[in-house]
Amino acid sequence: MDAQRITFLVGAVVGVPVVLVLYIVVTDWLIRRLPPAQHGRVRPWLWVGPALLLVTGFLIYPGLATAWISLFTNDGKSFVGLANFGKVLGDHSVLIAIRNNVLWLVFYTGLVLVFGLILAVMADRVPYEGPVKSLIFMPMAISFVAAGLIWSFMYQYQPNLPGVHQTGTLNAVWVNLLHQQPIAWVIDERVNNFALIFAAVWVWTGFAMVITSAALKGIPPELTEAARVDGATELQVFARITVPLLTPTLTVIGTTLVIFALKAFDIIYVMTNGLYNTDVMARRMYGEMFTSQNYANSAAIAMLLLLAVIPVLIFNLRRFQFQEAIR
Amino acid sequence: MSVVPVAAPPIVEAPVAAASKEGRHFTLGSLPLHIALILLTVIWIVPTLGLLVSSFRPGFLVNRTGWWTAFSPPFQFTLQNYSDVLQSNNLFASFLNSLTIAIPATVIPIAIAAFAAYAFAWMRFPFRNALFLLLVGLLAVPLQVTLIPVLTAFKVLQLNGSFLGIWLAHTGYGLPFAIYLLRNFFGSLPNDLFESASIDGAGPVTMFFRLVLPLSVPALASLAIFQFLWTWNDLLVALVYLGGDPAVAPMTVTVANLVGSLGQSYELLTAAAFVSMALPLVVFLAMQRYFVRGMTAGAVKG
Repeated sequence: MDAQRITFLVGAVVGVPVVLVLYIVVTDWLIRRLPPAQHGRVRPWLWVGPALLLVTGFLIYPGLATAWISLFTNDGKSFVGLANFGKVLGDHSVLIAIRNNVLWLVFYTGLVLVFGLILAVMADRVPYEGPVKSLIFMPMAISFVAAGLIWSFMYQYQPNLPGVHQTGTLNAVWVNLLHQQPIAWVIDERVNNFALIFAAVWVWTGFAMVITSAALKGIPPELTEAARVDGATELQVFARITVPLLTPTLTVIGTTLVIFALKAFDIIYVMTNGLYNTDVMARRMYGEMFTSQNYANSAAIAMLLLLAVIPVLIFNLRRFQFQEAIR
Repeated sequence: MSVVPVAAPPIVEAPVAAASKEGRHFTLGSLPLHIALILLTVIWIVPTLGLLVSSFRPGFLVNRTGWWTAFSPPFQFTLQNYSDVLQSNNLFASFLNSLTIAIPATVIPIAIAAFAAYAFAWMRFPFRNALFLLLVGLLAVPLQVTLIPVLTAFKVLQLNGSFLGIWLAHTGYGLPFAIYLLRNFFGSLPNDLFESASIDGAGPVTMFFRLVLPLSVPALASLAIFQFLWTWNDLLVALVYLGGDPAVAPMTVTVANLVGSLGQSYELLTAAAFVSMALPLVVFLAMQRYFVRGMTAGAVKG
């Protein structure tokens, strides 16, 4: 790293907090010169000011601007109403992308929740819980780019010819142990969307497991013990007591997963770049933006994504207000 | 990746009663449980293990035989792949770029969020609740809806392709989550603390630096890990605002490009992927406690 870069980096890491602290200290000194009645009125705005400015500049204003762009022709000159949405939704390949997002929504969310729940419950009953949870959780630390590459390697395909070995782990098991014909998991349209989804499931299962596990440990043991004393089997305890008590937690994890499923981008970008009918909305939006240079279509797709997220957004707001009310 | 509040349901950090530890010893009846759990764990490790092993195998073998054959003689391992990718594929430069992006993009939003979170938690002002509700709503908004206008503005301001631009972008995108997490933590500090400090004549600035920040180290640590992993692992923001210029490209962009250009040279791709994973894995292993605590305490960002 050259000297200029280091100066730049240190300048940002040290400089920004120092400037912020100075800003707070100096404005506070000024506030104290004001009549006391004014202190409480001015100070909060100075403290939230920088954050509100950045949030407005990077989220609120651009969001509104995108909505605006989506209502005009690509050159931005003539208003076309919802015509861009009609055009986008009339495009067969966009419909495929929407279908794939639905697959992501259902299977990604469902599988992560199920695997997370099963692993949390199983790990809770063994003495080596810690190491198991760490290992399952580890993929959360790596990028989706790396995860995509890892799974492309897992899914590698070699033709089934004498002298040719399967180098992909999955096909090696499939061909050598189960004696099936090798499958091009990423290309074969019967399985490829599920292959991509599973790569993301692999990354996120640890997330669901860790949170479910924490909630599981919050269940009073008396409840499950009482059921066992009354003669309930382990399966009944799990289905009738554990799962219902975990439902609020699973719902909350689910909302995070649903948003992720709608925005899925990196895995698809790395593994197929949307080819072989694996495209999704977020990848398509990026493609319209850079490959086709069609900002109007791209904005329309982004708005459709936002629309899809709105039920989750409302759910989150309601839940937040409920939480605040009981605080 | 997404930014979403998780975990409203009260999660008790387990003072686990002895009763629930029953059955934590090996018995014949629990054998299927152990087998199933260990099998699942192995399935979860195999992908990473295959990657790691392949990155140390010579290229002519990686593309002819499975990585598991490396464990039988003749044992052929090499460091060539790593020296290849680090030198000729721009990976070392990308590593430095990733650091240059991720460190300020972690520090700046946390600094800005801390002041805002304190105001949201302990100061009274008009629209406070409405503004905070807006931030909670923004947690779910896909950042795709911001890309076009921000990129257009960056082009006008000549911030596209610059580190400054991507720091600002990561700061803007990271703030709702950071404020949300910190405000919930600050807000949970006991009221008496502030009252007695106030009686002693401490103003908000003193209370913030002397009281709130020292007590909030765990929350700040959790947030720092989330934000660091998020910015280090980010592909989309870098792809859009840095415009594929190799001089500023982070690891994620470079590795994604290598997948296109190296195609089937998995000995190089696996080495490159592992270089990109090494630092986040170290951070994760060293700080796992804070990571998990931050997640279960109220939120996660993926």
